[in-house]
Formats: sequence, structure tokens, C-alpha cells
Amino acid sequence: MMLLGDIATGLLVSAGVVFFLAGTVGLLRFPDSMTRLHALTKADSLGLGLVVLGLLPQAASVLEALKLVAVWLLTQLAGATVTQLVARAIWRGGGRS
Amino acid sequence: MSLALLADGALVLLVLGLAFWVNAAASGFAAVVGYVAFGLLLALAWMRLAAGDVALTEAAVGSGATGAVLVAAAMRLRAAADPPPSWPGVSRPSTPNRRSADGRDTPGHDGGGDDLAPPAPYSDSHRDVPGHDEGGKPGLSLRLAALVLSGLVTAGLAGLVLWTAGPAPSLAEAATRHLPGLGMGNAVTGVLIAYRALDTLLEKVVLLLALGGVWSLTRDRVWGGRPFPRAIPAGNGALILLARLLPPIGIVVAVYVLWVGATDPGGAFQGGAILTAMWILVMLAGLRDAPPIGSRRLRLAVAAGPAAFLAVGLAGFVLPTGFLSYPESIAKPLIIAVEAVLTLSIALILGLLVAGPAERPPDPAERLR
Repeated sequence: MMLLGDIATGLLVSAGVVFFLAGTVGLLRFPDSMTRLHALTKADSLGLGLVVLGLLPQAASVLEALKLVAVWLLTQLAGATVTQLVARAIWRGGGRS
Repeated sequence: MSLALLADGALVLLVLGLAFWVNAAASGFAAVVGYVAFGLLLALAWMRLAAGDVALTEAAVGSGATGAVLVAAAMRLRAAADPPPSWPGVSRPSTPNRRSADGRDTPGHDGGGDDLAPPAPYSDSHRDVPGHDEGGKPGLSLRLAALVLSGLVTAGLAGLVLWTAGPAPSLAEAATRHLPGLGMGNAVTGVLIAYRALDTLLEKVVLLLALGGVWSLTRDRVWGGRPFPRAIPAGNGALILLARLLPPIGIVVAVYVLWVGATDPGGAFQGGAILTAMWILVMLAGLRDAPPIGSRRLRLAVAAGPAAFLAVGLAGFVLPTGFLSYPESIAKPLIIAVEAVLTLSIALILGLLVAGPAERPPDPAERLR
């Protein structure tokens, strides 16, 4: 059972890291701000979600697991809002850069 | 073990690299964004050193609250260079004719996080400072001198830590011996609020002085009025949603952080900074206006924290427990109460520091309140 949890952690966290890597590559390589935002947020929400999911088997208690999930949900909320604000600012600035 | 060393090494390189980047950043705004990320990385470094209290403070106050003050400062510098004032996350008046009338539509002067605008020239007052070039930025020789000097300080500190004979003298054991009497499980909070209470109090008084300094920049005409050039209009939907959804959660987290400060990393400063973040969010979303700085209730609340701390210390004069001491039987409730009042005052002061000096004249009815 412990072994199973450890394997799940390894797999899920690795998958999460791949998404972070993809998001970073997108941030560096995509041509304009809107697509860069897209790469960043999509990859980060999914990446962090997978990392949190992977860490759940390692949580010492239910409370700790809930805190991990809360961190993920709050990051989703903040990330989505900030992306909206940045995208609006770009839009108002004429959609350039 | 070596894997942990690898991660620590990468963290150190990241922190140093980001520090260089912040110094080399093209615009003030970009530098501030880098500085906020720098603070978060530093918090991670403190966590690796098992200093949870310092990490929390660095993240909440060093990176969060200071970052907000610096963002406001960067926007002001930019506004000083170009007339249209703006504020991060605030949509400008949407009437198109007004926009074109005062040139607000210039791209790049609008909060929302663009660091791509050309670097704003600094204000004229910096022009004649020795060692600075014409734009008011420090010259290369001054920067190099600063680099060498900070490098020397770092090397000296590292040398002291690495080459002292034997373990450094520590008072940790003596300090923790008496903590159960205070009902404090967290040694950091115990030391801050019991042994070094005077230092802790002075930190709060320094905050008050800082607020006085910011308020003293207010022009006479608008003294006692509200911060921000105009009432912030209700922003866009996403920001309003966040400003309605997050504060209930944030308040619970702040109270939790304050409460666990007795036994685990946490405390008044960290909890206060979280409350401040919620308040600023509500103000920026345009849900509540900033309070007039002349309000008597506001000033009482700002002074309440340090005053409560002082009152508890001075109560020893009349109570048999002795000057500047906590009565042993109610030490913990008393400390929690002091911390709670302090948290509210800290939250208010940090928020007012971010909001800045008044920029709108007070309503006649507000003058006396």
C-alpha cells in the first residue's frame, strides 16, 4: 500500500513537472503575450494540480491533504483572475506586445 | 542527501541570479516584479533552513506587503514622468471621449502588469546626484562599488560562519526552559513577545512612524482626505469576483495564522499581512473606498495595537506581578489578546502604507468624525 502510494506520487509529480516545463517553454517561445499567457496558465494549473494530486498519498493526515487541495484551488482562483487582468490590459493597450 | 544539496544549490543560484536581474532590470516596474519573486524564493530558502517563522514573514511582509508598496511607488514614478495616473488592476474611465481628451489611451501606462513599456525617466530632482548619469540612474562605477561592498559583507559573514572554532554560543536552551510558563509552544513567538517584547513593540512603533512619514507627504489642500486620485470604479468582473470570494477565506487563514503562532510558525505580523492583502484587494476592485486618513476611528484603530502592548507592560505598576511582565496565570490569554489587537493594527497600517497619502479633499462631514 505504501509502495503503491509512492509510485503514484512519483508518476503524478513527474507528470506535473512535465507540464511546468511545457508551460515555461511556451512562455519563452510563443510569439505574443496572449499566447504566452495561455501557455503559462494552462500548464501551471494542470501542473500544480498533478503535483498536489501526487503529494496527497504522502500527506500525514486528512487535514494536511485538505490544505494541499486548498492551496491548489486558491492558486487556480488567483491565476485565473490575474490572467484576466493581464489579458485585459494587453487588449486595451491595442493587443500588441 | 546529495539530491537535497543539488536542490539547495539550484535555489541559491536562482536567488543570486534573480538578484542580479532585479538590479539590471530595464524599468522600475520590472524590477519590482522581480523583487517580489525574489522574496518568494528567499522564503523557500528560509524553509530549507527550517526557519518557518522567518519564511512566512518574508513571504507575507518582505515579498507581499513591501512588494505592493513598491508597485505603488513604481506606478507613481511612472505617473510623475507621464501625467496620466493609474493604479494596477483598475480599469480607467470607459467613456471614450474622455479617454482621448486627456491622452489616457497611451499604451503602457496601464496597471495590469506590462513591464514592456520603455523605462520611464526618473524625476528631475535626481539629476544632480553625484555618481548618477543624466537619466538619474546610478552610474556604472557606483553600481560596481555597491557590488564589491555587498560582496565583501557577504564574504565576511560567510567567513565568520564557516571558520569559527566550535559551535556558536547559543541561548536557545535557556530561552526554551521558561516557555511552558507562558503557554507558548513556538519559541520564536515566545522570544518575540516575552523576552524581547520591547523590540517587538518598537517594530510596531516604527510602522506607526512610517505611516506618519507617508501621510506627511499629503498636500495641505487634501489633508484628512482619502488616498488614490479618485474613487476607484468597480473594476472588471474577474477582479470583483476574486474580491468577493477571497476575503472570507483570507480572514479565516489570517486568524488561523495568528492563532497557531503560539505553537507553530505564524503570528501577528504574518496574519496582519494576510488581512492587508484582503483589504487591498477589496479597495482595488472598487468594492470599498479607502478610508479618509483624517478619520478619528481609523487613527484610534491604528494606534490600538501598540497602545494595548504598552498598557499590558505598564499594568505591572499597579498589579503585583511587576513592571513589564505578564501575570503567570493568564499569560497565554493575555499574549493572544495583545497579538490579536496588534494584528488588526498591523493590517491597517500596512494597508494605509500601500494606499499612500491622501489625494482627494475630505468631505465636509468627514472632517470632524
